[in-house]
Amino acid sequence: MNPEFIINEELGKLISNVVKKFPSDKKRSAVIESLLILQHHNNGYVTKNIIKALSDYLSVSEIDIYEVATFYTMINIDPVGRNVISVCNNISCMLRGSDEILSHIEDKLKIKVGESTKDNKFYLKDEIECLAACNGGPMMQVNHKNYENLTLEKVDEILESVNDK
Amino acid sequence: MINKLCTETFGLKNPDSLKTYMDKQGYQAWKNIIIEQTPKSKIIEKIKESGLRGKGGAGFLTGLKWSFIPLLDGQKYLVCNSDESEPGTCKDRDILRYNPHSIIEGMLIASYAIGASVAYNYLRGEFIDEQWKVFNHALSEAYNAKLIGKNILSSNITIDIHALIGAGAYIVGEETAMLESIEGKRGMPRIKPPFPAIKGLYGKPTIINNTETLASIPKIMLNKPGWYKSLGVNDTEGMKIFSMSGHVNNPGNFEIALGTPFSELLNLAGGMWNGKNIKAVIPGGSSVPVVKGDIMMQVNMDYDSISEAGSMLGSGGVIVMDESTCMVSVLQRISRFYYSESCGQCTPCREGTGWLYKILTHIILGKGTQNDLHQLERIATQIEGHCICALGDAAAMPVRSFLKNFWSEFEYYVDKKESMVS
Repeated sequence: MNPEFIINEELGKLISNVVKKFPSDKKRSAVIESLLILQHHNNGYVTKNIIKALSDYLSVSEIDIYEVATFYTMINIDPVGRNVISVCNNISCMLRGSDEILSHIEDKLKIKVGESTKDNKFYLKDEIECLAACNGGPMMQVNHKNYENLTLEKVDEILESVNDK
Repeated sequence: MINKLCTETFGLKNPDSLKTYMDKQGYQAWKNIIIEQTPKSKIIEKIKESGLRGKGGAGFLTGLKWSFIPLLDGQKYLVCNSDESEPGTCKDRDILRYNPHSIIEGMLIASYAIGASVAYNYLRGEFIDEQWKVFNHALSEAYNAKLIGKNILSSNITIDIHALIGAGAYIVGEETAMLESIEGKRGMPRIKPPFPAIKGLYGKPTIINNTETLASIPKIMLNKPGWYKSLGVNDTEGMKIFSMSGHVNNPGNFEIALGTPFSELLNLAGGMWNGKNIKAVIPGGSSVPVVKGDIMMQVNMDYDSISEAGSMLGSGGVIVMDESTCMVSVLQRISRFYYSESCGQCTPCREGTGWLYKILTHIILGKGTQNDLHQLERIATQIEGHCICALGDAAAMPVRSFLKNFWSEFEYYVDKKESMVS
């Protein structure tokens, strides 16, 4: 059994700032942003213990939080690589060559979409749909930062410049 | 261009700063309202008269929507929908990062007009790096300048605005799914009626408007009645940002007069990429019917003209495809999107979108038959109009229009087991 997760003072402060945005009896509204905060603190994914801790903190049932965690694609409930790569391959990007970009990354990192590299440095996220940067296609996000008008060379440069956290 | 509404600060130095916005008469409309204590009904009337239509996709008249809010006292909410995720659409992301104060001022005016003391701007999760930071910074600037918050400009008026972040779900752009998401739940659309104006966030009267719609409000309030209407050309009214993407030389956002010929918009985007011929255009985000290129070249960019061409203006996400495009592959990609983004609540959408994607994949793999093409049509017909929200229709419309306009190309694929263009 993993040790209990404690929402420390720093995290508690961040979460209470989220809670303040809503009426005092509507703490459940803070679930999504709180999950993102806790996930960021925990190497990019949330655990059952994190959900339990948030459940106690917000007085929202664990299942209600788990349901949210599994519905939204940006919340990971399994361990993933430390740096998240999201390649848009919806139509606008596809018309500008995103399929080539994606297979180049798969070959380069020797993983498929949805997998993390062996050294856990990169996670090539799945379920990536339009990232609303259609006029910059092909594009990707690395740790949520946009890189647009990609070429294979640019992709190499960007990935090589990622400093491990 | 002279008449910029939402894009006025784009390209300026520090476009997102309060100072830049103030230099362009920013918050003047809001200050006038506060000083004059303008009656709410007068504001709603002016927005109604302007003919402003929702710019997120449905094109509903904004002033009319506001007028649905009950006049009774009690908590009401305004929600700005910045969950931009309809493929082909990337306008709100630029307003958020280059002109955030226009959104804030629009939200303040809208909140005042409908009597809401709290407003939320819901940004899609993937905006967490740039737009989220810029918008939150703009919010704190406006708070510090006492333009938002308690006792605004010593007036006894209180309006709080909060930024909220999503976590990856296209469906949350549907207004009632957004309310569910703000309440901390899965983004599943509600059955309407009751409409949000009567029973919205936490069961209270709520108005949800798109980012571009709200960002258009300050300039409309600042100008004389009739001004916004006069901006349209060729017998239409108003302005719109079109996101040009795909096979054009200079993809980008262009805020132009409604009624501008598509051919002019294409020129603004630098014309066709590599000088190839135009084959097809999806004029309003991936859910609207595809239009053949030669027909599109005769269309004006307004609601009626695009509707006459068999499609919709939608969100203004214009996806341009040249002669080298395989329509079967494009449709498969669109179908994958709606399959992946269906919330799963309604059976026709949950099951139907999956079948559309699977059959199209089957065809791409060279295993398709003529019957599959008819099957696609049948499934689309059974999804359309049979679901709680419009996502089902959004999945069905492309299928029907791609088959209708490019039947021979689909037939070729199932017969020859390969694309007509590659």
